[in-house]
Amino acid sequence: MTNFNFLKYKIFFLFVSSFLVLASIILVFTKGLDFGVDFKGGTTIEIRLEKKIEIENIRNSLSKLKINNYSVKEFGTVNDFLISTDNSISPNDIKNFIEKDLKEKITIRKVETVGPKVGSELIKSAIYSVLLCFIAMFFYLWFRFEWQFSFGGIAALFHDTIITVGVFSLLGLQFDLTIVAALLTIIGYSINDTVIIYDRIRENLKKDSTSELSNLVNESLNNTLSRTLKTSGTTLLSIIAVLIFGGEVLRGFAFAITFGIIIGTYSSIYIASPIVMFFKVKRDWSVKVDNTP
Amino acid sequence: MLNFSRLKIGFIISSILFFFYIFLGNFNFINKTNLFLDKKVNLGLDLQGGSYLLLEIDMNPLINKKLEEKAVDLKKKFNEKKLDFKNLNILNNKITFEIKNSSQKEIAINLINKTNNDENIFSRINNNNIENANKDFVYKIEKDLFILQFNEEYIKRQKKDAINQSIEIVRKRVDQLGTKEPTIQQKGENRIIVELPGLTDPSSFKNILGKTAQLNFKFIKTSNSSSDNLGFEKVKNKSDGLFIEVEKRLIVSGENLTDAQPGFDRETNQSIVSFKFDNLGAKKFANATKDNVGRPLAIILDNEILSSPVIREPILTGSGQISGGFTVEEANQLAILLRAGALPAPMKIIEERTVGADLGKDSIRSGIISFIAGFLLVFVYMVYAYKLFGIFANISLLLNIVILISVLSIFGSTLTLPGIAGIVLTVGMAIDTNVIIYERAKEELKIEKSNIIAFDIAYRKSLLTIIDSNLTTLIAGIILFYLGSGPVKGFAVTLCVGLITSFFTAFTISRLMVSKYLMANKDKIINI
Repeated sequence: MTNFNFLKYKIFFLFVSSFLVLASIILVFTKGLDFGVDFKGGTTIEIRLEKKIEIENIRNSLSKLKINNYSVKEFGTVNDFLISTDNSISPNDIKNFIEKDLKEKITIRKVETVGPKVGSELIKSAIYSVLLCFIAMFFYLWFRFEWQFSFGGIAALFHDTIITVGVFSLLGLQFDLTIVAALLTIIGYSINDTVIIYDRIRENLKKDSTSELSNLVNESLNNTLSRTLKTSGTTLLSIIAVLIFGGEVLRGFAFAITFGIIIGTYSSIYIASPIVMFFKVKRDWSVKVDNTP
Repeated sequence: MLNFSRLKIGFIISSILFFFYIFLGNFNFINKTNLFLDKKVNLGLDLQGGSYLLLEIDMNPLINKKLEEKAVDLKKKFNEKKLDFKNLNILNNKITFEIKNSSQKEIAINLINKTNNDENIFSRINNNNIENANKDFVYKIEKDLFILQFNEEYIKRQKKDAINQSIEIVRKRVDQLGTKEPTIQQKGENRIIVELPGLTDPSSFKNILGKTAQLNFKFIKTSNSSSDNLGFEKVKNKSDGLFIEVEKRLIVSGENLTDAQPGFDRETNQSIVSFKFDNLGAKKFANATKDNVGRPLAIILDNEILSSPVIREPILTGSGQISGGFTVEEANQLAILLRAGALPAPMKIIEERTVGADLGKDSIRSGIISFIAGFLLVFVYMVYAYKLFGIFANISLLLNIVILISVLSIFGSTLTLPGIAGIVLTVGMAIDTNVIIYERAKEELKIEKSNIIAFDIAYRKSLLTIIDSNLTTLIAGIILFYLGSGPVKGFAVTLCVGLITSFFTAFTISRLMVSKYLMANKDKIINI
């Protein structure tokens, strides 16, 4: 069994994590997120050309089309492009226009149109479901352990979610419904490591009610380290396969989960556990006899 | 926890066989002889290609129209009885008017009560207390001001009727256009989801679904317009965009149509739509045309005049044709719309997601590749980390996938690309259960001499942890299920089902293998 002193640098890691969380929040509010059509409404059209073509040509072609808002980006292979516009023009019109203008054959691979009303509803339900997930986890931990554990676990989840969103802002990755799905998955999954560690902390607390709390927590972390790393590791292996082979549609989703699992494993050890210590969890876990009438 | 009775072993083996049986039914080349059940996992629109449309019905015009009808009715009754009133308005879903002479209050109340053709009698609100709250229409009197409105219940009922009727009409229109296995379902109180698998260019559907298709026949205002009509309104003319005054009085509407077919007029070289009225419609049409020979008629579709033919002779047969400078395509669409009937309220397409068949195939391929890659990575790692026990875990993992797919088939769930990602992810998560048990066993083996006791303790002590960790992910998955639609929902489904089946396989199949091995090798030093 390993014998690391995880808690030696706990102040340092708590500081680093707080900084990252703060930086993420600032980033999201200043740089913002690249919301996909799901949230901001509008139309995206994925097109494929038969020949390789410079993205500039497509931009030029679109500029002749007198639409107000549009952007073009490469999408996966060199022949695939993603055009985003508002809902003022039909995808077929865009396709026909570019085909005529560039004299190239184009196939539409995918169209997504979301009205502004649906977009704002989706934002609302996304925020609600993430909050609901936090609340559910809080009560779950409270029910299974003690409130100190709840706070530790939730702090770690909060940390994981905020930093993952921050990374999406930093890298300018598209943030859509699948990313929210990934966040919920991270919340549900990264609490697992925390639960495993908490279980062991409680087990050790029951065995030994006299030693220093920090020693017990540290011992529990060492007890479970191999398990924590291996469970996260196997899940990482599988999601990395999706990240590499899953194609453009799943890339953002797989990236979010990959990142979330890594940061979730870190936070289980360096955030969730120290916080339980700070809150001074109760020491007497012997079974109480209930004398109340 | 390592003891299995014969009965339990029998149960485990028979359940594996059962799931295999269901699983194999998913493959066409195996199921040629119909030996297996025809229960399959459905492919989502993002995998097989297709179109998802979300329609929203705007209920306001519906309620407004009802109010307008009511207002017109009231006006007529008041004029007949010489009731002096002023300021009759419709505002915020309320009709308001004032009577000039307070002594006529009772007469007004009487008249209001008489406008109860299809609704129940009005009930009166006194100091915010509604008498007879179950009436459809309610009124309130403040001095000389009358405020009338529909009862909440009535509006709710109207909306419910409208959505049901709309779904019926949408279904008819979709059927008329013809596509394989469309699904049409209600979402919320005023939305309809239309899913059209295999359809990659939904533009004709969009054209047809977004139209109300309210067809009205009215007379255009001329010098000999009768004075007893309900006034005039300006309607846009389709051909030149100008507004033309037409009588508000309705001769006959699309409700009375029995058939409509696209056709071609050889004389004018134009696409036309020919139609046929039912008995009532034919009678109305005949009466109106008899008295108005020589007057121009306005054929109005959704507040736009399609054509304005002059009546040359009374039309008694109840059939006719509309020529509005249509293309063949337009004539076709109009005929479909008229056959399917008008929507009770206007409808808009507020969300569309269409995936081409090509992209769908690419997605299936990348989904399968990532599944195989993910599975192999985990497989190799488990053998490396836990040797023989890793193989036990892998066998149970493989069976987990079989069970997962069969459960999805039994429920007829829809597999989407994120759903495949969910399966790959559950491969990584399902193996966690075994990892937790084996790691615990490793620890216990250090203290405990007997292999069997060590593993028994490991299973016992891990059980709660495993339930914990599966439950938290399951909670997140269920929340996700309610958040998402389409592809994301597919992910939530595979994730949740995968977690449950993985729990089952770890505590039955892999535990059975471990137990059999340990029984046979009681004293051997276990290398894990």
